Amino acid sequence: MSQWPLLSLATFLPLVGAAFVLLTRGDNEEALARNTRYVALWTSFVVLVVVLLIWAAFDTTTAEFQFVERAPWIPAFGIEFHLGIDGISLFLIVLTAFLVPVCILCSWDSIRTRVREYMIAFLVMESFIIGVFCALDFVLFYLFFEAMLIPMFLIIGIWGGPRRIYSAFKFFLYTLVGSVLLLVAVLTMYFEAGTTSIPDLMIWGFDEDLQRWLWLAMFASFAVKVPMWPFHTWLPDAHVEAPTAGSVILAGILLKMGAYGFLRFSLPMLPEASVFFTPLVYSLSIVAIIYTSLVALMQEDMKKLIAYSSVAHMGFVTIGLFSMNQQGIEGGLFQMLSHGVVSAALFLVVGVVYDRMHSRLIASYGGLVHRMPRYALVFMVFMLASVGLPGTSGFVGEFLVLVGAFQANTWVAFLATTGIVLGAAYMLWLYRRVVFGELVKAELKSISDCNRREMLFFVPLVAAVLIMGIWPESLLDAMHVSVVNLVEQTAGANEGASFAMGDGG
Amino acid sequence: MLHAAAVVFLPLLGAVISGLFGRWLGDRIAPVLASVLLVASAVLGWIVFFQLTGSAERVTVHLFTWIDSGTFEVSWALAFDQVTAVMLVVVTTVSAVVHVYSLGYMAHDPHRPRFFAYLSLFTFAMLMLVTADNFVQMFFGWEGVGVCSYLLIGFWYKRPSANAAAIKAFIVNRIGDFGLALGVMGVFLVFDTVAFDAVFAAVPDVAGTSISFLSMEIDTLTLLCLLLFVGAMGKSAQVPLHTWLPDAMEGPTPVSALIHAATMVTAGVFMVVRLSPMFEFAPTALWVVTIVGASTAIFAATVGLAQNDIKRVIAYSTCSQLGYMFLACGVGAYPVALFHLFTHAFFKALLFLGSGAVIHAVGGEQDMRRMGGLWRRMPVTYAYMWIGSLALAGIPVFAGYWSKDLIIESAWVTDGFAGGYAFWIGVGAAFLTALYSWRLIIMTFHGRPRMTAEVLEHVHEAPRVMWVPLLVLAGGALVGGLPMLGGHMVDHGGGEFFGSSILMLGENVIEQAHRDTPLAIKALILVVATGGIVAAWWAYVKRPALPERLASRFSRSHRFLLNKWYFDEVYEALLVQPAKRVGLGLWKTGDGDVIDGLGPDGVASATLSLARRARVLQSGYLYHYAFAMLIGLVVLASWFLFRIWG
Repeated sequence: MSQWPLLSLATFLPLVGAAFVLLTRGDNEEALARNTRYVALWTSFVVLVVVLLIWAAFDTTTAEFQFVERAPWIPAFGIEFHLGIDGISLFLIVLTAFLVPVCILCSWDSIRTRVREYMIAFLVMESFIIGVFCALDFVLFYLFFEAMLIPMFLIIGIWGGPRRIYSAFKFFLYTLVGSVLLLVAVLTMYFEAGTTSIPDLMIWGFDEDLQRWLWLAMFASFAVKVPMWPFHTWLPDAHVEAPTAGSVILAGILLKMGAYGFLRFSLPMLPEASVFFTPLVYSLSIVAIIYTSLVALMQEDMKKLIAYSSVAHMGFVTIGLFSMNQQGIEGGLFQMLSHGVVSAALFLVVGVVYDRMHSRLIASYGGLVHRMPRYALVFMVFMLASVGLPGTSGFVGEFLVLVGAFQANTWVAFLATTGIVLGAAYMLWLYRRVVFGELVKAELKSISDCNRREMLFFVPLVAAVLIMGIWPESLLDAMHVSVVNLVEQTAGANEGASFAMGDGG
Repeated sequence: MLHAAAVVFLPLLGAVISGLFGRWLGDRIAPVLASVLLVASAVLGWIVFFQLTGSAERVTVHLFTWIDSGTFEVSWALAFDQVTAVMLVVVTTVSAVVHVYSLGYMAHDPHRPRFFAYLSLFTFAMLMLVTADNFVQMFFGWEGVGVCSYLLIGFWYKRPSANAAAIKAFIVNRIGDFGLALGVMGVFLVFDTVAFDAVFAAVPDVAGTSISFLSMEIDTLTLLCLLLFVGAMGKSAQVPLHTWLPDAMEGPTPVSALIHAATMVTAGVFMVVRLSPMFEFAPTALWVVTIVGASTAIFAATVGLAQNDIKRVIAYSTCSQLGYMFLACGVGAYPVALFHLFTHAFFKALLFLGSGAVIHAVGGEQDMRRMGGLWRRMPVTYAYMWIGSLALAGIPVFAGYWSKDLIIESAWVTDGFAGGYAFWIGVGAAFLTALYSWRLIIMTFHGRPRMTAEVLEHVHEAPRVMWVPLLVLAGGALVGGLPMLGGHMVDHGGGEFFGSSILMLGENVIEQAHRDTPLAIKALILVVATGGIVAAWWAYVKRPALPERLASRFSRSHRFLLNKWYFDEVYEALLVQPAKRVGLGLWKTGDGDVIDGLGPDGVASATLSLARRARVLQSGYLYHYAFAMLIGLVVLASWFLFRIWG
């Protein structure tokens, strides 16, 4: 099995699919659009199968990179085409392959203009995203990392809402500034270590002063992506204007790239600097959790509310990663996956009613349960998962993060735990205003429940939320070795620091 | 132990069948099926109970690993010991009765399958809570019952008040869970495990050590127990986290009987009893438990006195009785707390379901000022209410007498301020309990009928499907406390029955109470309870104008009680409104003016005007933005670095 270049296959299959889309013909506009949709859907299914094969063949007993493919690319600079995955990147790839078919399905009826370009943008983006998580060469990573912004930018800018241009530019600018600094970091590391191979950089051991500058440069890029407070204001705007599927990818995967960057680069390559800047990360994360939860409470737009809740949930992730113990990092990683499923699903939930009523305002709804019992149930499950109810995926990540944080610093754990109260408040209130109550608005009287196509993507998402909540071992098991390895890489730095900083508890 | 697992999973099966296939099975079959499964679960529950009380060993059924991260290992497991056994029979029995009763009570509701699905799901979550062998599974059950409670309070989702009450219940409970979650994290930090057995075994070694929490040095076990107790206060509606319980009466009455009287609200008491091996080493925490419990007992009783909604009176009574249970835990009489939990489940569920029959009969009216004179028309319900009230007031031979007396006596033999406080409050609250109970009976069943003639016309005894299952509860309220039945729990200080499942250090307070309570004290408790009944008779039958006069004479105190000591108003002003205002401010000012203003938008407009004037760059806006933001970021980063290095 490992003889096959499975990672390349997963990375480039979507591009092949995109080429097919380009070649697709149809008798008329309508037929062409339909054929395009099917080609894109089948492509994404095949990618999913390939990724599931990778998961099945994944060896959970080693921290080494697996399915490694290595070939010289730009020999003059020693840059290689180098792919490989470990327990940290594996599930981000699975998540990507899982969400793209969902995106295509949810755009089935709602995207009516330039369907072909839309599907190509999605497939190209899938290819680049998988590339990001597979790349083991920093330059290759950087290329994928930046390239995937382009289709995203187009998706918001072309198929978005009325203020799409403002949002697209805001999104692009924020990420661009980060990217510039990340590039500086890549170049500096190359000149220092003479290599861009990620596994080699992990064991290089940079000088401590340099580490801090590198860390800040990377932080600028990753913090915008996560997004951490106060670099988050592009997110609500981007979500509001993006089409539903764009929001799904944005919330489900794009935000995870920042956190992945911390895991793959900042922590293992710059451990001393990471320890040094931990107080900064903690404070920004706590501010994010409390601040954005309060802001979410007052939102009138459903998508904005969920966008703000994403910032709060990602605050848990960054706290977990920088607590630098096994529970914290595994919790952070699990929370990334859980949030990837749950927030994506919540945007789909909004998309369902948006497709029918063309309004995202909470005030436009009320009493939907009377007409849409299936929808109410699905929404309920995701709402409870977002609130972190035990038995759903949301609990496992959040609780492990807090357990990890409590060991690192009780203040952090204490303040972050307030998030579970505030999170419940804004989600329950949202649900009540949209779903419960008397159905009085005349235009809602004929609204229809989820159709079969919509259930086709909701059912697997509900299943994922419950399985991850009841049997998280199925994922955690594959993470253990890699995470333990990462904890060991940072352990030396951590011990030195806790001696210097005193007991933070 | 297959049948023990069946006790837990039959209700889940019922929930799934009724919830997912309810529409397909039909409105009639799904509820009946769920009820049959629950009755089966209750029967098996009693079998497990008798098997367990014979042997001393704890039985654990390990299902599969839930979460495993380093040393943080949590399993799905069902653990049965004597404490669990008591909860098992209470939960399944009351739940079975409520299921059958609801077949009648909810007969005309179009959403019956959903209702029964929630009820069964609740029962499952509660059973997971009481059979947990570790803190995290207990937390699962804890939150699970909270969600079911939320769903059932808001069951009539058209009513805005029901929705508000449901959310309030969930949020206030979450505030408690905030403490509970921190407690569990603390337990893991200190013990490196979250399994009950391992933690309990290690507690003596930890006793006396201290831990740094929020920059304070605190005794380890005191801290952990207090954090966990905050969770118990939320779930069991103790002051100041009690405000959700009276509002929860928006739910259908069977829900109030099952969740907000007999089972869920007792989860906090159960947890303290379960964690007796920890609390016993944390005397300061026990002191707090006593004070909170006693204060709630008297507070809720005073408020109950002034309420006019029949269900709210009983809700405050529940609050007060839960206070008694905590008081018992606080003085170290855990078996008595569990004993009172057991008897209370029967008579309080009986009172709720009886009042449900009344509400059903008078067409949904809950205000006692529009009832009266019902006893001839519904004699069975009337009898039930008498039995329930006699048990609640602690009149001899009825169930509550045995358990409540023993609580007050245990407080009597406890030295120190907490003991005295608990004793006198226990006595005072006993008087108020009797007073508000008979106020309820008299206002509901006696005097002139105060409803419209049309309503009076339709008043009828509850249908058989509703009153027959109540026989079980009435039986429990009558004889459940007798020494050879429920009272067996506290024989020889409870040690014989509970074995190693409850830890009591020092001299056994129950045996002490049996031995050292003077006859005068026993008599005092009795006189006070009877006095409450007589006072109610005097004020509401003999001199019916008296309460009116008192209310206007002491109008300020009356309003104070009627408005429940203004807890809701204070919370609204201090927490809810500020949170909303801050949220709005952070959004508009923080995100809008400051971050966007100084960040992208500000930089954009500044660069733009600069560029317009200079006309140096002709490229698109993109690079202007980018360049300016880059500079800003660099400045920010360097400033930060200089700050920390300088």
